Amino acid sequence: MTFDLEFFNLGYLDTLSNKDTLVHRIDPRIKIIVSFIFILFVVSFHKYEISSLMPFFLYPVFLLTAGDIPFKAIAKKVLFVSPFALFIGIFNPLFDTQVITSPFGIPVSGGWLSFLSIIIKFVLTVSTAILLIAVTSFPGICEALERMKCPKLFVIQLLFLYRYLFVLLDVALRMMRAREARSFGGRGKEIRTFIRLISVLLIRSVERAERIYLAMLSRGFRGEIRVLRSLRLRPFDIVFAAGSITMFYLLRNYDIVDLVGAALERVLR
Amino acid sequence: MHMADALLSPAVGGAMWAGSLGTIIYCAKKLREKMDERLIPLMGVLGAFIFAGQMINFTIPMTGSSGHIGGGMLLAILLGPYAAFLVIASVLTVQALFFADGGLLALGANIWNLGIYPCFIGYPLIYRFIVRPNASPSRITFAAILGVVIGLQLGALSVVLETILSGITELPLNTFLMLMQPIHLAIGLIEGFATAGIVIYVRTLRPDIVDDLEGVKSLASGVSLKKVLVTMGILAVITGGAFSWFASTHPDGLEWAIEKIYGKPELPEKQNPVKENLAKLQEKTAILPDYSLPSKAGKEGEEPTPSWPAVDPGTSLSGLVGGIMVLMLVVLFGIGIKLARKHKEQL
Repeated sequence: MTFDLEFFNLGYLDTLSNKDTLVHRIDPRIKIIVSFIFILFVVSFHKYEISSLMPFFLYPVFLLTAGDIPFKAIAKKVLFVSPFALFIGIFNPLFDTQVITSPFGIPVSGGWLSFLSIIIKFVLTVSTAILLIAVTSFPGICEALERMKCPKLFVIQLLFLYRYLFVLLDVALRMMRAREARSFGGRGKEIRTFIRLISVLLIRSVERAERIYLAMLSRGFRGEIRVLRSLRLRPFDIVFAAGSITMFYLLRNYDIVDLVGAALERVLR
Repeated sequence: MHMADALLSPAVGGAMWAGSLGTIIYCAKKLREKMDERLIPLMGVLGAFIFAGQMINFTIPMTGSSGHIGGGMLLAILLGPYAAFLVIASVLTVQALFFADGGLLALGANIWNLGIYPCFIGYPLIYRFIVRPNASPSRITFAAILGVVIGLQLGALSVVLETILSGITELPLNTFLMLMQPIHLAIGLIEGFATAGIVIYVRTLRPDIVDDLEGVKSLASGVSLKKVLVTMGILAVITGGAFSWFASTHPDGLEWAIEKIYGKPELPEKQNPVKENLAKLQEKTAILPDYSLPSKAGKEGEEPTPSWPAVDPGTSLSGLVGGIMVLMLVVLFGIGIKLARKHKEQL
């Protein structure tokens, strides 16, 4: 059942984010900013670019290995995610049929190049997003957002959502099990049944929120939520940020791949 | 219909981020002005509810495939537009991080596409316009379906425009629209029907939840809404303009590709210290004695501007070989770090 898988996957990433490695200790603000800049650099390549994107794998690989994250967990997620980009990209070979290059005498059209380029960009950006959360705890990200002047109400919303996510997923999981235990084959999945199930889940959620509000009141809640501030920039954080961004800049503006390729050819000859 | 990073250009992605972030700030400010404290836990739990609810699937009538609810309109009905927008934004943020739905750059576009239209068009202009206090179930159904369908059509249209403007896809605009709009019409009909069903069912058990909570949902007198839309429009245009200006002074993405295709203006003869040093370093290592460092600007000088199909260094043979090499180096780099970690642990 995919539901259980998704559910435990969510918890699994949460577990990974509690490790204590070099990458985990970097300030979440730095990690968010560097990852965002990384993605901007990756998508700034033009649509036929393939080989110049390769060196950019350095960043996710660094997060993966230095953060001690199992490769399999990330690879599965990247393969599993919504295929919208691929669905749109697959049309490129149909519409752009002009032959642009022919390595080893095989003619390759622009459409296939741009499709491949989309796939590579997709893998780079998606794996970076997942790795970011795998090496940064969610509360850490929320604190970083708050410190970066994100509206407090939104940060509190994220924290609340995350806190009750696991509770409500658990409730939904039990409801699905109950439905499956009481029905055969495709039955029990009609939209009529679905509406009732989800309505009950909704009412239970609202009632839970009401209880939470009362509990908050009884603990002295007066409309103000205080968020713990524990982040502090360390010299290493600055070095990491400056180093990575300089590297992205160099990789973007100097064709290192072509250089390596030409060197190799020369050596082989 | 989550937008993906790989389909966006930096200018479009950045503009959508600016628009969405602006709306988040605006909504937070609006809520703060007239804060109902009960809303804080309710918003959080309803965000989690949307998440959990999306896990429960149902069979789509007549197709046999299964789907789940999106929930944007439902949230707007339950919470009012400002709170609902923040909840949708938070759900999409968690999805972008944990499920990698789309990605970080595309998150701005996704919040816009899935949040703005149900919260600021579908709900206030359509649903609230049709549904009056004590509305009949059929009226609610009609309003919900219409509101959701229009919201989703606008969302799908935005996806198409964002993709086309980014210039990554080769799909002609017409074909793209023919792909996206009918699919989202079908999705909208089902989502609207389910939303109406939920509202009607919940209304019989807990009418206070879906009927207008005084104060909580006080919204959308037409004036403030118009202000929102106008502000958003101006904001989008300004940021879009600023970003594309930025993009053209530092040729990036599309512009860069175009320049590459049609030949490129000579760069001013300013010496780049990094380049110089790299060149020196290269002379010393001397693997490639006379191979000038192929900075993307410097190359033009030595090669007669080739006709366009032949150019792309990224796809030439040395590019191919180099790409594979670099990829191998990256893997080695990863293995190296892994070994270093293990070594450290053993000590």
